[in-house]
Amino acid sequence: MAETAAPATSYEKNLSLRISPAAQLRAAFETGSVRDVVELSEKAFLTMVGLRVNRDSDAGQRIAAVIGGLPAGCGSVSGSGDASVLWLGPEEFLVIAPTEAHESLGGGLIPSLREALGDGGGQVVDLSANRTTFELTGPRSRAVLEKGCALDLHPRALKAGTALSTEIGNIPVVLWKTGEETFRLFPRASFADFLGRWLLDAMREYASPEVP
Amino acid sequence: MLLISCPNCGSRDETEFHYGGQAHVPYPENPNELSDRQWAEFLFYRDNTKGAFAERWLHSTGCRQWFNMLRDTVTYEIQAVYPMGTPRPDAAGRVTPDTGTASTAADSTTTGNASPDISGTNASATAPSTSSFSTTAPEGATK
Repeated sequence: MAETAAPATSYEKNLSLRISPAAQLRAAFETGSVRDVVELSEKAFLTMVGLRVNRDSDAGQRIAAVIGGLPAGCGSVSGSGDASVLWLGPEEFLVIAPTEAHESLGGGLIPSLREALGDGGGQVVDLSANRTTFELTGPRSRAVLEKGCALDLHPRALKAGTALSTEIGNIPVVLWKTGEETFRLFPRASFADFLGRWLLDAMREYASPEVP
Repeated sequence: MLLISCPNCGSRDETEFHYGGQAHVPYPENPNELSDRQWAEFLFYRDNTKGAFAERWLHSTGCRQWFNMLRDTVTYEIQAVYPMGTPRPDAAGRVTPDTGTASTAADSTTTGNASPDISGTNASATAPSTSSFSTTAPEGATK
């Protein structure tokens, strides 16, 4: 159990010591997932950056050039490559990128954004530890979310590639529909345990055969 | 449950919002010249309107922006949604002067720049004109 040899680099040591906000639910997520019906998992430690900048300012345009555009309005998502930018407010955006993009792992995303902001008005803040990521996938994922979300989640209203800041199970969550049957949920770290258990409870009925 | 139409995000449940009290209560132009009575009235005294009431709301779970709303306190009908810093639209066709202690200028918390979208509500008012309206803080106001 104990690590007998020192990690080769501080990089590996950092990774092995991290505990994700819903790590205690990992086994429950596996047993609670219903194969090909609805599956839940935690995508831990994604890199997230909070951006506050006016889209029309010089700094906003410099940042847009780095990140592949800033989303224009509620629900829209932009970005290029691995990094996506979610619209949170008229001058507030959330960048979501893979773990490796983080500064501490040698990624250049945050420094390049900070450099693009320069002395312009706004903020570039590393928010990787602020939220965790749940991925809910499967044909029944919409039915699970509809138990606690007042938004219209029907595909005719909510298209894939839309991200909305809303409430699910009475807690504030950013909901990102990444595919036709795939949702990513971004609860704050302190809500992760609650939302994980809430989703497991909402998923439980789909493990049983359907009652006609 | 009210269904409130946020100017940025569209119709959302009331639980996503926070109430900000009466709108159009301007910060006094010269706070130091107010008597204790006037200062107390600015801080604590608010209308208790029966009928159309202009109030501030914050979409705290969504876009985190403030906006103004004209709501009927009896029927809960939302008559208008309009940006911070714009004058109260006259939904019922009555002249309703701003209330406050010292100034009738815009409140100093102006952030609104988007035009209101009230398509999701049963609004009976048209969007207010913002053309002739100053969004700067009144003289003597502190930020």
